[in-house]
Formats: sequence, C-alpha cells, structure tokens
Amino acid sequence: MRAPADSDSAVTEALLSVENVSLAFGGVKALSDVSFDVRKGEIRAIIGPNGAGKTSMLNVINGFYHPQEGRITFKGETRARMRPYVAARGGIARTFQNVALFRGMTTLDNIMAGRTLKMHRGIFWQILRAGPALAEEVTHRHKVEEIIDFLEIPQIRKIPVGRLPYGLQKRVELGRALAMEPDLLLLDEPMAGMNIEEKEDMSRYILDVNNHFGTTIALIEHDMGVVMDLSDRVVVLEYGRKIADGTPDEVKGDQKVIDAYLGVPH
Amino acid sequence: MAATAAAPVDTFPKLLVRNAERFRGRPAIRHKDLGIWQTWTWEQVFDEVRAFSVGLAEVGVARGDHVAIVGANRPRLYWAMCAVQALGAIPIPIYADSVADEMAYVLAHAEITVAVVQDQEQVDKILSVSDQLTRLRHIVYDEPRGLRDYDHARIESFADVQRAGRERLAADAGRLAAWEVGIAAGQGSDLAIILYTSGTTGRPKGVMLSFDNVIISARNGNLFDQLDQSVEIIAYLPIAWIGDHIFSYAQSYVAGYCVNCPETGDTVVEDRREIGTTYAFAPPRIYENLITLTMVRMEDAGALKRAMFRYFLAHARRWGEKILDRERVPFMARLVYRLGDVLVYGPLKNRYGLTRIRVAYTAGEAIGPEIFRFYRALGVNLKQLYGQTEASVYITAQPDGEIFADTVGKPNIDVDVKVAESGEVLFRSPGVFLGYYKDPEKTAETKTADGWVRTGDAGFFDQKSGHLKIIDRAKDVGRLDDGTLFAPKYIENKLKFYPNIKEAVAFGDKRDFVTVMLNIDLTAIGSWAERNNVVYGSYQELAQNPRVYDMLADHVAEVNRSLAAEDAMAGAQIRRFLILHKELDADDGELTRTQKVRRSFIAERYAPLVTAFYDGSTEADVATEVTFEDGRKGMLSARVKIRDMAPAKRGVLEKAA
Repeated sequence: MRAPADSDSAVTEALLSVENVSLAFGGVKALSDVSFDVRKGEIRAIIGPNGAGKTSMLNVINGFYHPQEGRITFKGETRARMRPYVAARGGIARTFQNVALFRGMTTLDNIMAGRTLKMHRGIFWQILRAGPALAEEVTHRHKVEEIIDFLEIPQIRKIPVGRLPYGLQKRVELGRALAMEPDLLLLDEPMAGMNIEEKEDMSRYILDVNNHFGTTIALIEHDMGVVMDLSDRVVVLEYGRKIADGTPDEVKGDQKVIDAYLGVPH
Repeated sequence: MAATAAAPVDTFPKLLVRNAERFRGRPAIRHKDLGIWQTWTWEQVFDEVRAFSVGLAEVGVARGDHVAIVGANRPRLYWAMCAVQALGAIPIPIYADSVADEMAYVLAHAEITVAVVQDQEQVDKILSVSDQLTRLRHIVYDEPRGLRDYDHARIESFADVQRAGRERLAADAGRLAAWEVGIAAGQGSDLAIILYTSGTTGRPKGVMLSFDNVIISARNGNLFDQLDQSVEIIAYLPIAWIGDHIFSYAQSYVAGYCVNCPETGDTVVEDRREIGTTYAFAPPRIYENLITLTMVRMEDAGALKRAMFRYFLAHARRWGEKILDRERVPFMARLVYRLGDVLVYGPLKNRYGLTRIRVAYTAGEAIGPEIFRFYRALGVNLKQLYGQTEASVYITAQPDGEIFADTVGKPNIDVDVKVAESGEVLFRSPGVFLGYYKDPEKTAETKTADGWVRTGDAGFFDQKSGHLKIIDRAKDVGRLDDGTLFAPKYIENKLKFYPNIKEAVAFGDKRDFVTVMLNIDLTAIGSWAERNNVVYGSYQELAQNPRVYDMLADHVAEVNRSLAAEDAMAGAQIRRFLILHKELDADDGELTRTQKVRRSFIAERYAPLVTAFYDGSTEADVATEVTFEDGRKGMLSARVKIRDMAPAKRGVLEKAA
C-alpha cells in the first residue's frame, strides 16, 4: 500500500487535491499557499506543531471554512466554496478534536444519526414509523449494527454516550462517521487524551477501516509513533505553510521538520 | 434418521437425531448477532451439524482423530462438538484465553489434527506455535474478519466446510447413509470428549470422559431438578470447562432445552435479561458483583426509593427464605412480601435477568452467607453444588427446600460419597472419568482399584442435615496436637465473610490450639472510624486501635460459636488472634497473584508473631521488609498486640451456620 513519493503521483488517482490554498482570519494567516493531495485508499497524516493550521486545513476540506485563495478538487470536481452538508453528501465524513456527540442519546442513536443523509422517506412515513420508512429503518439499523459489531461496542449499544468513558466516546464518534460510508474520512486527533491501550485499539480500528472498507483516511495526530506506523504519506505544516511532504521515513529525516519540532539554535 | 429408533440413544449424535424428530420446531440454540436473537430449531441444528460433519470428513477427519475447539460460546462451536463426535472423532475444547504457549502444550499433548476456532485471534495463536504441532493439518474458523489475506491452503471458513459437506451430500446419495452408519456405530462406552483441567498446580491434565459418563450424569442432573425442554439457559462460561459442557451441551441435548449464546462476554447481563433464563449457573463472584452494583446504584437513588428498598429488603430477609422453602408464614408477612415483590423484588430480579429462574446454582468456591441469603430472600432458588471434571460435574447438590449457606448438599442420583480417615472426600458414580489422557500414573493416583475417586478436598457430613461440607484442600488440612481436624481455609473463609476483615491466616497444624492473623479491610474500617470519630494517622495505627480489636474480637467470637456447633470442628476454635500491622501483599510474596494467602511463607516471615502466639506473650515486636509500589524496599517494624479468646461451648448455638 505504501505509495512511492511525489514523482509518480499521477499514477495513483488523487481522491482529493488541495492547490495553493490560503486562508486568513482578518490579519492572521492560518494557511498560506498550501498544496497537497490525498490518494485513493491511502492513510494520509497531517502533522505540525501547535497552531500550524492542521485543524484549519481539515475545516477547509470539509467546507467549514472557505479559503480566500486556491482550489480544492474532490472526486474530480473542483470547487471554491462548499457547505459542510454538501461535503457530507459528497462523501466526506469527519470526527472532531473534542468529541462532538449527542451526549443524551444512546450509542445506537448517535451512529444512526450518521445515516441521516441516506434516509429518503419523508417525515410523514417517518413519524408513523410504518410502511416504507420502517423498511428503510430496518436496512439502516442493520448497517449500524454491522458498525457496532466492527468496532466491538455492543455492550454500550443502549447507553447514553454522555455516561461513557472518553476512549469509548471517541470510538462511537468514529462509528458515526463510518455510518456515512464515506469516501474520505477526516480524523482530527483520534487519539488525543488516550492511554496506550486505547491508542493501540484505535490504531487497529483505523487500519481495519482502511483495509476492510477501503476508506481513504486523512488524519491529524500528535503522537509521532502512531503517525509513522499508520500513515502511508505525511504532510507537515508550520505556521500555515507546508514544509515537507512524503513517506514517514522521508519526513522524519527532513531538516526543516526537525527544526520545526525541536527548534533552531539561535 | 429412522435407523436408530430401536437402538439405545447413548451418544450425542444419536440424541441429536432423536431431538430433530421429537422436538422438530422447538428452539435448540440462539445467538444474538447484530443486535438480534437468531434462533435455530433442533431440525435446523441437525442440518447444520450434518453439513459440517460431512465437510470435516472431506478435509480428512476420521474415527479416533482429535479435533480442538477454541473460542467463546458460539452455536457453531457447539455444533462442531457434535459434528466431530458423529465421525467418531474426539472434540477437545480448549480455553480460549490461554496464551499461545499454554495452548501449544495442550494442542501438542492432545495430538490435534484439526482445529475449529472462533476468529483471527485464535488462528494467529495456533499458527504462532504450529511448528510444535506436527500432526496439525487444518484450521477451520468461524468469523472471517481479518483473515482474508491469510494463506488458505490450510485454513478454511466454517461456512466453506459446510458448503463442501452439502455439495458432497447432494452429489453422492450414498454419503448420507454412510454418515448415518457412522453415527450408529458409536457406543455409550466410547470416548466422547477430553477436557483439560486448568491446572493451578503443574501442567493441565486431559480428563477423558465417555458418552455414558456425560450423558448419564446429565440425565440424572435433569431428573434432580426436573429440567425439561422448556428450560432456557445462557451459555457464557468457557466451553472447555466441564460445567459448561454439561449445562450448555449435554443437558440441553438430553432434555431438548434451548441454549442462548450472548452477543459478547460484556453483554451477558443484558442478554440474560432479554432471554429470561430459567436455569443458571455462576461462580459466587458473579452474584457478588450484581449485589455490589445494586448497592452502589441504590446510593444514588431518591430518598423514597431508598426507604422502600431498605424496608422491603429487611422484610425479605426475615420471611423470603421461609416462603421459598414453603414453610408456614403468617398471612400478613406473606401479604407484605407480595407487595414487596411488586415494588422491589420483581424489578430487581428483572434487572438481574432472574425473573423466570427456577434453579440457579453457585459452585467453585465458598459463597458468602449474606450474598447467598440475599438472592434466596428475593425468591431466587439459589442452590449450591459440588462437582469436578473427573465426576462429569455432579457429586453433591442441594435438593429444593433443603438449602444451607455452608453446605454443598447431598450426593446426587447414583452417586456414592464417603469421607476417608484422612478427611478426604471420595466418590463413585456413573460419571467417573475413564482416566487422564496419556497419564496412567496420575490416573492410578486418583482412582482407587475399587472405583472410588479421590477429590483432593477434605470435608465431612453434617450430622443434622446429612449434607456434605467441604472445608479445604485435603493436603492443607492438618491436625491439632490432640488430633482435632484443623482446616485453615474453612476458618479463614468464615472470618473473611465479615466486611471488616480483608484477609485471615490461620495456624494450628501440630500445635495445641488455633490462632489467626487478621488484616483489616481499610475501606470498611476506615469508614467506621470516620463515623465514630476515631482518629488515626496510618494503617498501622488504625490496625492496632483497641476499639478495632474489640470489634474483630466480636467477629472471632461469632466464628467460634459457629465452629462449636459443628462436631467435627468444635475443637478447632480460635483461641488467640492478632491484627497485622501491614496489609498482606502479593508484591511481598505473602499472597499469590490470584490473592490466595501463602500460609507457610507468612509463618516464616512473621515467625516472632507465631512464636508469641504459642508462648503466651500478649504482644510481640516484628520487623519486616516491604516492597513499595515503585520497587524500593524498606523496613517496617511494629509492636503487635495479641488477644485471647474464650472458646464457645459445644452446641450452645444450635442454629448457627
């Protein structure tokens, strides 16, 4: 799976490409002139020190922020502005740095919420919970149950997520994103605040999602060990600029990356 | 199918043929999958087993082969057992949580040729030790997840094996008849299964059981508790354990009742509630956990609910057991109990999934009398039994209406039990095992020439009830100087049932009298100290507080009274005790990793205290090396007081238990 570096990027199809994107909030430049691509089926990591613009980059990709300059091409379609729900419908799902679940709802309902975009029956049938809406719900419930089984969380199926430990909440959030059957899955620090065991579990699920469903994944992560183990290619940001791009080994040896993380002697 | 009608139904495949006719559309097994209970009727199970069995023959399983079965409680693994037996081969269930090395030992020792396993985890484990398994030819797995990229030359899915079996049956008309002939060739005296006992000491031993052993024991068990095809049970204990083999396989095949496989190990409580099982088995710790959970939840409940809970529970403790045992109870007490059932007991039992329970067993170790009575007071027919792999489970069990917290019951149907001169319990029954696999020496050690089996446990028959009481492992039982039986664990367990006492270590072998060292339970005593304004600076200080000594002295006196009520034990009352200045800890080697006290090690380590026990001094100095959490070592010295106890009079308290 590990693809060779930039030179043959034309060979593998790019699912998403970001070209010369710049984003500013007033005078603060969050991203300047960033370009990279995500190939179909790969695990792509975005890393960088605090404030480097990683989360901004994800927000740009799923249409939450609109860049002042640059183009984003997803599945062959280029666009400048896009609404998050359009991105969602187009096949981009994401999880958040701080878990963003419906805390009062059960695990099952939270993951079911991820199927919203795939439900087509009108509100009339849905309120009656009968006829075609019932048949549709059965199909979706089956899909959700498969995800629950995949993530090994049947024991918390009917527990409100607010009562779950943090590590499990993260897993539920991943489940909700998977329920959308996305082409591209954006994970914002999937392992933040986890202990080693939880990290290992989460790494396994991310790899399994990639293998089993063939989902393309772009993730932000601070734990370098995790990034180097999981990802096929890594892009490194610093102060909103791209400073390196390549395989984990290439990036690890890059002087600019070392400087960015360890600091430069003055 | 009809071929076997006249012949004796003495093997599991024959029972399956019978059940597919007699119970046809009745549920045989359920499994919760993707959130929904999937059901297979006896007819369907027969079809699944036949397909798998013929498929196994296709990959070369033949009469006499050994087939390992590894995994959780899944219908397909239970079917595999019968499918293997139908070919005259021997299924060998293996503990799924054993590490690769342990598994390698058993697989190699059992000379496995084919393994049927649950998932990738087990496939990986077996592959990692496959160089030691020269006879292993084939691995069959149930769940394909993660196994797609494996080399499938030697690995195959359960579904594929079944498909091959079905194709063969469809293509070749003679195959079915040949398979049926194979079943008819099986006999009750044939080896049915080898179960490895999880050896706490030394290597696991393979216990060989015949069809007669297992089936007659299961039939007697069903008879004892009147279990029929309407029973529902949940299968959640390891399939390699004799208990599960009898409850979830043998008794189900004999009676025709339905076995329910939970979704995962973590959902058992919820799944049990959904099914509403009528027959249950659990080790004491599971019953304990349920109560703890209830008590914690009740702390958070509103004042009204708490008051109701307390009132009705007190009422249940007073009358519940009597009502359950059909004794005479005043009308008003019955009425209030009915009300309590609607308001408290019913909802509680529903939470536990025990609403429809007819018989629930606990075994394995001693259960706290409080816990035992809690369930019985709620109207759950909780009973105790005593069994072993070597006996196909049943040795003794408590008949309905004759329930005591501290006995294990009367000998089961067809079982003879006797207590040897040494105090060791021996039994003789149709369930007595054929022998240990490839270990005639151990077999001869355990089975006497005239068919008795040594249990390795010491016990005695209670004079009044005629029930057996198990007191300790036979090798740990000693004698006082005057010849009285001294069973340290029996005494220690009685003490440990008090929440204030965390650990107890009894001494007395080849001594004049019995003495004990106690550990206080810091949580219980700490909260008592808080409530009673007892100030303390350290564990050591709290442990040596005279009021704490007084409190524990009351507990010891109570234990003495209950010992006095038993003829065999009356001479072994506690005459002196002390409270240790430090908690016994596995890091210091005082406990095993499974939290059992290492008595002889403690005797050495605290030699000055043991000496002081028997030279009459009222206190002693002791210094011990301790290991701190971070690995550093230090010395802990203290002056420990010793308290004298007056023995209770024999038989003073008739009903003490």
